Amino acid sequence: VIRVLSLAWIPLPLPVRILLLIGIAVCLFKLLRWLYEGLPEEILRSLVKFWDRLFLCLTWIFTGATILALGFILFHILSNGIRHLVAPGLFAVQVTLGDISMFPAIVSTVLMVVIVLAISVPLGMFTAVYLVEYVKTGSRFVTIIRSAAEILAGIPSIVYGLFGMMFFRVFLGFGYSILAGSLTMSIMMLPLIMRTTEEALKSVPDSFREGSFALGAGKLRTVFRIILPSAMPGILAGVILSIGRVVGESAALIFTAGTILQIPSSLFDSASTLTVHMWRLSNYGRYVNETYATAVVLLMIVLLLNGISGLIARKFSKS
Amino acid sequence: MSILAISLIAIFLLSGGLPAIHEIGVREFFLGTRWAPDDRYPAAPAFGVLPMIMGSIYITIGALVVGVPVGLFTAIFLAYICPRRLYVAIKPVVNLLAGIPSVVYGFFGMVVIVPIIRPIARELTGGGTGESILAASVLLGIMILPVVISISESALRAVPDNYLEGALALGASKTRSVLCVIVPAAKSGIMAAVVLGIGRAIGETMAVNMVAGNQPRMPTHLLRGARSLTANIVMEMPYSYGLHSDALTATGVVLLLFILLINMTFVFLVRKKR
Repeated sequence: VIRVLSLAWIPLPLPVRILLLIGIAVCLFKLLRWLYEGLPEEILRSLVKFWDRLFLCLTWIFTGATILALGFILFHILSNGIRHLVAPGLFAVQVTLGDISMFPAIVSTVLMVVIVLAISVPLGMFTAVYLVEYVKTGSRFVTIIRSAAEILAGIPSIVYGLFGMMFFRVFLGFGYSILAGSLTMSIMMLPLIMRTTEEALKSVPDSFREGSFALGAGKLRTVFRIILPSAMPGILAGVILSIGRVVGESAALIFTAGTILQIPSSLFDSASTLTVHMWRLSNYGRYVNETYATAVVLLMIVLLLNGISGLIARKFSKS
Repeated sequence: MSILAISLIAIFLLSGGLPAIHEIGVREFFLGTRWAPDDRYPAAPAFGVLPMIMGSIYITIGALVVGVPVGLFTAIFLAYICPRRLYVAIKPVVNLLAGIPSVVYGFFGMVVIVPIIRPIARELTGGGTGESILAASVLLGIMILPVVISISESALRAVPDNYLEGALALGASKTRSVLCVIVPAAKSGIMAAVVLGIGRAIGETMAVNMVAGNQPRMPTHLLRGARSLTANIVMEMPYSYGLHSDALTATGVVLLLFILLINMTFVFLVRKKR
């Protein structure tokens, strides 16, 4: 039946076949509609009611599906992973190449997060402050920077990985290193931090600025003593969001920070973060249980970060 | 700073990719159906990127088929139907879905979705491991959900309230007015959500790499494997050198072109709305 319906018996190239199928579907739809409008009033009315019901049911079902998908993923990973958290060697400090220990990966992840934040938060924040507070709104410069940030935000992480590999690792000669990885990640995080800071700054009411000016404070003092503190919760939420992104990133790091499992002794050492480590474990095929356990740790971190950012957002919206 | 970053990215990718495309031949590269970088003798190595382009497109379309209806209906539910108390519970769930690392998604696909598809694939196509376009599509469909939901929800909320009130005053039921008045009014915003979802799906690397099978040949069947542009880069870059490595960079250029095209469509859609 499927073969007949999908027109597999007509020797046509696939795109043409898809177009043909779409055409047939449209024609059928038109025909149905024509038939439908010829129906008597009361049947039409009950049909409309039926469609309404169906639509309402569909929204419930699909929303349920969304929640179920998340619930199932969480449940599956947690239920299979938690009991393997006690597996021997999972948190061993001493590691050899190709080991399963998460400990060095966690250390490198934390290190990576710290470096990335140290670079991208000041840069992104000051750019946003400059864009919101100092440049006239609607100027061409702002539009260009903003669209540049938008493009930057849309580039897939693997392309960042390629770029980091060519620029930081090869051109600047950092080799596979934490430094190359975190510089690449910093560029990736810039647009996110810029955007959230901008939003936070914009939500500070103008009366704050006017009040500060009226009291005789200069521009700089106004920005740093009045506006930034009141925008802090929003900025913090953005920072936490980007921590989550750094923790979850893997494609950009494989070619820049490398995949060697070790506790890095300097910035120029290769080190795999938790996600990269998990990817490698899952590729071995032997360590399924250990992979589950690693996934549990990752999920815990994500849940924790999400909870914190939710708390901050709630506090923010209350005050 | 971000402008500098963009120009650096563009310069480095192009300087690696364009000479490679030139050396392989534009036609050969974009329309060649054979990707065999390791062939030495008697066959020459071939760098046709079309299978990967088609793979990416098929997987993305599949992801849209799965993700867009679910996401759109969820957005409608969140914006208009769901009671306030339920909303407070559901919204964090959607945010959480966005926060899960793609490796975890990929692993989930490997241990859950692929084994489900495997017997079906054996039955229908007489082979295969279950790592297929279908598996990647389902997984990516789940992964693009948060983007689709949050952007189309805000598009729906941006429709002025008097549209709904007007429709209700004309005697339409609430579901009918949402379906026939609000959704068409928010159409460009919803399209923007879909476009952004496409961007996410086409750029996703690790999850696709883990469930799509990654055979570098023209995609033949929904239940057979395919390789996406992103998977092509991530799989072969570690051991490539010379022209092969440059050809992979060129694959990155193709990917970047796709993304820029999608981004422009997005910007265009958002502009039109204003």
